[in-house]
Amino acid sequence: MSGDVAVLGVGMHPWGKWGRSFVEYGRAAARAALADAGLEWTDVQSVVGADTVRGGYPGYVAGATFARALGWQGARVTSVYAACASGAQAIGAARAQILAGLADVVLVVGADAAPKGFFAPAGGERPDDPDWLRFRILGATNPAYFGLYARRRMALHGDTAEDFALVKVKNSAAGAHNPYARYRKAVSAGEVAASAVVADPLRLLDICATSDGGAALVLCGMDFARARGVADPVRIRAVSTVTPTYPRTVLDLPDIATDSAVAVEPAAGSFRASIARAAYEEAGLGPEDLSLAEVYDLSTALELEWYEDIGLCGEGEGAKLLREGATALGGRVPVNASGGLASFGEAVPAQAIAQVCELTWQLRGTAGARQVPGARAGITANQGLFGHGSAVVAVR
Amino acid sequence: MERTRTPVVSGWFTGAEAGDGFRLLGTRCSACASVFFPREDAYCRNPHCPGGGELAEVPLSPRGRVWSYTDGRYRPPAPYVSDPDAPWEPYTLVAVELEAERMVVLGQAAPGVTPAGLAVGMEVEVVAGVLDEGAGTVTTTWWFRPVEGTR
Repeated sequence: MSGDVAVLGVGMHPWGKWGRSFVEYGRAAARAALADAGLEWTDVQSVVGADTVRGGYPGYVAGATFARALGWQGARVTSVYAACASGAQAIGAARAQILAGLADVVLVVGADAAPKGFFAPAGGERPDDPDWLRFRILGATNPAYFGLYARRRMALHGDTAEDFALVKVKNSAAGAHNPYARYRKAVSAGEVAASAVVADPLRLLDICATSDGGAALVLCGMDFARARGVADPVRIRAVSTVTPTYPRTVLDLPDIATDSAVAVEPAAGSFRASIARAAYEEAGLGPEDLSLAEVYDLSTALELEWYEDIGLCGEGEGAKLLREGATALGGRVPVNASGGLASFGEAVPAQAIAQVCELTWQLRGTAGARQVPGARAGITANQGLFGHGSAVVAVR
Repeated sequence: MERTRTPVVSGWFTGAEAGDGFRLLGTRCSACASVFFPREDAYCRNPHCPGGGELAEVPLSPRGRVWSYTDGRYRPPAPYVSDPDAPWEPYTLVAVELEAERMVVLGQAAPGVTPAGLAVGMEVEVVAGVLDEGAGTVTTTWWFRPVEGTR
């Protein structure tokens, strides 16, 4: 496949609350990815950083910040910001450079040091910013939006709080096997039910935490990989970075209203479904070909929505698929074998990259106790604030 | 002393004090009929719009149906205004589907409306509300509440 790029190396800094700078996490992840690839930093021709907006200027220019921390060596540099989709856009930028012949080997890095508690907008009086407005007028936190989606699923599809809790049970069981996860303890349905309600109907253990963490990839052209003696690398076959199409009819962060569908009939299927569809079309495969998937379980209920959006089941059938055990380790198509955000927490610019790290370990067959047997193809899916969609398809 | 009443954002709802006739205000493109809330005064966002239209202020439907709802059991961060020394009082958020505009609008529910009193599909109406009160000022907003007789 001419559109493929090879994943030569992957690396992470463990997720947690370490109290250090995002630069340190990113540098550690980058060093680990370079070691995994068997390359020196000075072999890298281009570095792409996923931006860390809470890090101030060094975060806004993350590519250069990581390059400086590793030691200036004159590489091409790129910094990208797309909220939760930043990591995927960084991968997309790196892949485009390789496919365009601008670089043979590119380092992709994302890292964050997140504050405790709810994410808040940037400071100041800024009534032209939808993210500022939703806090000022409504006090609408991210979990409030997740609560709206969860309640809507209950009304439309008959999902229950017990179904949602089962997602946490499943993901925490997988995360218990992941040395990079912040939470490595299996959680019971009773523990979820006993945790405090944050945004009705979601409880504390239904919602992912904010974390520190870092992840990195070394990507290269197929010829470069072969020249390094890697004949059969994990390959990235598609990177989807689509926007919604007008009118977007599902209320979404950080907006306080949807588009009106008065003038234009909405397209069939949701925005989230279009993210995966674009990736499948580019990769030339479909959900039936997947061995596993990594999706953004910002809340337990949201994971069920992703099952439907990436085509693992029909609309409204997510909870049924979960109850059958199809998406657990050992099931037909495990979802969030890494433990997901339930086990990692949010480290915004790192997490889409971390998803691809997990696919890589799984497709290499080196995921240890959480290995999906014979994994051949996987998809990652997520969505970034303000209409960024992203999905990555990797194959072996 | 009379306190100044200031809308949380100017131009998003009528200036009417509590009472009849309170409405959210959006804009409508004269070229393609697309409606925008929050109001879009600079450009039409419909990619299929033939262009050349004006964006005129338009009041939104006073009633709609609940699309979904939730609440906030923990104090949200600034710029939401709340007294850190006072115990946190959870508020309810309602997403409301407006039939004529074919759009969903999010708002706080009137005080006393809890998730237990709401259901998806229930009819609600928009009313004048108070977001926060300072020494000399009252910040006004919109609230949704169930239409009497549908509860």
